[in-house]
Amino acid sequence: MSAAVDLVGYDEAVRRYDPVIGIEVHVELGTRTKMFCAAEVEFGGEPNTQTTPVSLGLPGALPVVNGKAVESAIKIGLALNCQIAESCRFARKNYFYPDVPKNFQTSQYDEPIAFDGYLDVELDDGEIFRVEIERAHMEEDAGKNTHVGGSGGRIHGAAYSLVDYNRAGIPLVEIVTRPIEGAGARAPEVARAYVRALRDIFRALDVSEARMERGNVRADVNLSLRATPDAPLGTRTETKNVNSFRSVERAVRYEVSRQAAVLDGAGTVIQETRHWHEDTGITTSGRVKSDAEDYRYFPEPDLVPVAPSRAWVEEIRASLPEMPADRRRRLQGEWGYADAEMRDVVNAGAVEIIEATVAAGSSAAGARKWWMGELARKAKTDELELADLPVTPEQIAQLQGLVDSGRINDKLARQALEGVLAGEGDPEQVVVARGLEVVSDDGPLLEAIDAALVAQPDLVEKIKGGNMGPVGAIIGAVMKATRGQADAGRVRELVMERLG
Amino acid sequence: MSTISRDEVARVAALARIDLAPDEVDRLAGELDVIVDAIAQVSEVATPDVPATSHPLPLTNVYRDDVPAEPLPVADVMAGAPASEDGRFLVPQILGEE
Repeated sequence: MSAAVDLVGYDEAVRRYDPVIGIEVHVELGTRTKMFCAAEVEFGGEPNTQTTPVSLGLPGALPVVNGKAVESAIKIGLALNCQIAESCRFARKNYFYPDVPKNFQTSQYDEPIAFDGYLDVELDDGEIFRVEIERAHMEEDAGKNTHVGGSGGRIHGAAYSLVDYNRAGIPLVEIVTRPIEGAGARAPEVARAYVRALRDIFRALDVSEARMERGNVRADVNLSLRATPDAPLGTRTETKNVNSFRSVERAVRYEVSRQAAVLDGAGTVIQETRHWHEDTGITTSGRVKSDAEDYRYFPEPDLVPVAPSRAWVEEIRASLPEMPADRRRRLQGEWGYADAEMRDVVNAGAVEIIEATVAAGSSAAGARKWWMGELARKAKTDELELADLPVTPEQIAQLQGLVDSGRINDKLARQALEGVLAGEGDPEQVVVARGLEVVSDDGPLLEAIDAALVAQPDLVEKIKGGNMGPVGAIIGAVMKATRGQADAGRVRELVMERLG
Repeated sequence: MSTISRDEVARVAALARIDLAPDEVDRLAGELDVIVDAIAQVSEVATPDVPATSHPLPLTNVYRDDVPAEPLPVADVMAGAPASEDGRFLVPQILGEE
């Protein structure tokens, strides 16, 4: 890796330069088979066990389009408010690389299946930023190279690569934005929010598992700087394969700082691809765009055009599920959450689990209280997702039901939850087994109250003298004596009765 | 009239990883000219009411159901590999990769 690179502080950089971003997102479709052949798609298979003559590019093999993949591409296009082409075709993108066994990638070039769309993206503070979509096109994934050698204890200089073609030919949809202008200092946040919004849409459409950590969704981030928003676009770099929301944000920030330093030094930004380094949070120079980028695209002669009928497109449009942003707005209305509360829930990835908890009978406020409080802390401590905690939405609904019915109070409910998390059963069972129910029988309460009054005659005098302040202390003593199992409201009533 | 230059032939050959001798470049530039001229003649005949096509077949929307079929057996897959390791194709180090 090269020596230290000059960087301009981010705030300083965006004060003097206007960043313009462009994002290309590849999503692997969750079809059962590949784009052009019937090889099964399965994550984590043994190397080269999911191939056919087509995905290996063997002579004479002929591709046939996966109809389900076309349907998924149309769904994505419609969800992104795109036009769907009346007719479009595939093209060969020619280049030599061992992970592309045919020596070309079957893609779409001049005729994408979807074009001219937009996506309204919600930023952290609730502001809506519109990202314009240039196109979404169908293509196929490449195989996987593993580089071996060098430091691996092997003979010096014996570096080589191993290729697994299981991934070669998996259907991809690539979504390309127009230049995203006007984001200013918020460019990194817009980039992150956009990729996240896409991920949510892929999942809502059920076209992909869209798991970032598996590389189902991969982003290439273009960035250029210019002196002012009305200046022509500057020279851009393309940072490849940025594979988490946070990395998308960091990669944009880094490139802003780096390019600002280049421009400050009266240098020129080189148009090139750059590699993102997750561990160090920097980008390094990759290929310079040159002749090697001449892909000699030409129409794929082995495939006939895709011409989705308008009837089919409308049928697909009518079948689209509610979009994530609409759904969030609807749920927020139904649940009565404040904007900030809803944002926290969304950012915590707790929408589905709260929805399930409410569906199981919990109040929305109760569901939020548990999942965003006690359980969020527990998940953080244990480094787990909420959904992976050993407690179900049904159990939380039951727990909140016990609170609402007055059988337990919040403090007891937390103890009951502890029991549930410890595997002691449902809240109902834990409450019974641990004897956690609120004492609502006046007998034991009066005993405890009398004991508290006798123990603190000075407080009793004050209360009788009209100073109600010490009532809380008496109630506290009673709660302590009953190990928190008293109904505080009832205790107050009884104390007042006792003292006339 | 030559519309295809030697440089173009050399460049496309390099992109296609085809090693041409100088006399081959000369010969191909001439031969490609003939082909390009022939296509130019066809273009003259084409009128705006003839839609451009990438394909001679009057077919669209040929799709396959998304149903898995038997993959090629691994032994057959690897039979074509000049070199392999751990069930994967072994290829020379790729330049420009770290």
